Amino acid sequence: MYRITVENGAKRFGPRKVFADINFDLKTGESLAIVGRNGAGKSTLLLCLLRQYLLTKGTLKYFENEKELENDSLKGRIGFVSPYLNFYTQLSAEENIRFIATVKGVNVTGKEIDSLLSKVGLEGRGADLVAEYSSGMYQRLKYAVAIMDNPPFLFLDEPTSNLDSDGKGIVTQIVEEHRAKSIIVIATNEQEEYSLAEKQCRVGQ
Amino acid sequence: MQKSNAGLVSRSFAVLAKDIRLEFRSRYAINAILMFGITSLAVVSFSVGQSSLPPVLMAAVFWIVMFFSAVSGLAQVFIREEEAGTSLVLKLNGPAEPVYLGKLFFNFLLLSTMSMIITPLFFMFTDAPTDGVVAFLAILLLGVIGLCAATTLVAAVIAKAAIKGALFAVLSFPILVPLLLPVVNATEIVFDGGAFIDISAHLQFLLAYAVIMIVGSLLLFRFVWEE
Amino acid sequence: MWWKILLFVGMSAMIVLSFTTLAPQKQIGESSRIFYYHIPQAWICVIAFAMSMVFSIRYLMTKKIKEDDKASEAARLGFIFCLLATITGSIFAKVTWGSFWNWDPRETSIFVLLLIYGAYFSLRGAVEVEEKRAALSAVYSIFAFVTVPFLIFVVPRLVPSLHPADSVVDQNLKFTMGPTIRMIFFSSLALFTALFLWMFDIGRRMHRVRRRLAESEA
Repeated sequence: MYRITVENGAKRFGPRKVFADINFDLKTGESLAIVGRNGAGKSTLLLCLLRQYLLTKGTLKYFENEKELENDSLKGRIGFVSPYLNFYTQLSAEENIRFIATVKGVNVTGKEIDSLLSKVGLEGRGADLVAEYSSGMYQRLKYAVAIMDNPPFLFLDEPTSNLDSDGKGIVTQIVEEHRAKSIIVIATNEQEEYSLAEKQCRVGQ
Repeated sequence: MQKSNAGLVSRSFAVLAKDIRLEFRSRYAINAILMFGITSLAVVSFSVGQSSLPPVLMAAVFWIVMFFSAVSGLAQVFIREEEAGTSLVLKLNGPAEPVYLGKLFFNFLLLSTMSMIITPLFFMFTDAPTDGVVAFLAILLLGVIGLCAATTLVAAVIAKAAIKGALFAVLSFPILVPLLLPVVNATEIVFDGGAFIDISAHLQFLLAYAVIMIVGSLLLFRFVWEE
Repeated sequence: MWWKILLFVGMSAMIVLSFTTLAPQKQIGESSRIFYYHIPQAWICVIAFAMSMVFSIRYLMTKKIKEDDKASEAARLGFIFCLLATITGSIFAKVTWGSFWNWDPRETSIFVLLLIYGAYFSLRGAVEVEEKRAALSAVYSIFAFVTVPFLIFVVPRLVPSLHPADSVVDQNLKFTMGPTIRMIFFSSLALFTALFLWMFDIGRRMHRVRRRLAESEA
């Protein structure tokens, strides 16, 4: 059982206020949509959740079985899909997955990589350089990496950007599959995407 | 999928292998560093002409070339991550220390490859005496290790700043002064016909310097990487 | 308030005394009076750098931006005093040695200190985001400080050409300090330290005010 709590979260860059008064408390099996207009700070909030930015005020805590998770033990536990996330374009999809798996500390076999790739509709393209991928294929690869070891946290920023209807179907399927075993946080401003989550959190006015 | 309990070594090695693979596919850093070394050596050789340099100047020239080659190429390994935006995926998925160790070793390979090409050229161009070549190589090895030990952390720092190129030399130089002074002095002693025993204190110091810089970098690196 | 007045009176008395009593070193004569100023400046230069390093470590531990303000303020003052110490030392070298600069180990180390401060501020200028600037410059200042002992203690032993055995500076350190000289010297040391701490406090508060202003405007 995992849990993530944010209390009175606020962020400012120097004098510029990005967001304030963010509160939520999620347990495994729950999902949250972060909504707000462009520039409201949805992505910044996600990066704060990932501890890439510090909250200016308030607290952010992760728990595993009610025991607080340290920063270090959180590494590799969060699957993340975002326009900000980039892979090595001069490596093939397979090489990227293999490398990230080693950094995470998990073993992947060639078969597992194949099944991951076919799950996101990239079967047979694993040996191609990521540089040769279209933006939709790139987005699909991000899902393959994010879900490779069933992370307890799954954060999706603009989950269906660059995807065709087929790809959107894959996203829905992945979210449904992980709903029970993960905490899912989705940042979006598209109606159909926030219906994927049960709760809502509004950022900005 | 199994947890593999991948340790520091295997993770560092993965980072190193990834960087070597990327380097082979782009040859960014090695080209920059090698061309810089060869060009600056050639410039010295042109301007000196037929006259032979005194040992102290030969030693100085060699290490000036080494220093500037180092600052022309050793930051690439971090700048590449920042510019491609790939550091996030590394930061989210693993600890900082293997990244430092992988990149340190990558820089070491890069600079030693470069010096393996530069050194013979240097002896050809300058007519430096080759009697003490073993002692010279010992200084070179420890000097290269020290250069990488001190500059890899600085490379990580400047990769996050706005004006990278000039800043790398500016930030590295003061930290490298305690390395450059004894290394030039030891090289001069060797060119002057000194034996191994004459430079043993220098070598000990160079080793101590490298160890302290690597330990310091390991302690500080996460604050740069994960700020 | 009272101690500021005390500082003013003390500083004036020290300055007057430093010029009216006998010169501290007979062989060098009048110019040895610079000793009352040069050594306290060099002392503060090192203190400021050490303070900057301590505040940098505290910043990395707590991530409170006020620690970074203190670290950069200490570094700024350290740079000013380092510059003063370099100038006074160089004048002294000209008078006793005959040239302004000789790459004596002490000169080398103060030169490198100046370079480190210079690099520190170039780095700060090149990073826009406040938290990033604070973390990066803190790491640099700690890392650079680690190399300073090498420079001061080890390198002079290894590199003989830079370390003349009859270093004039070293002889000068053996001032036969009579009670008057000792009194002036140590009060100068104390007064300069107090002056530095006062300047540091003003600078720190200015950072705070500036930050509050920026926040209230936004």
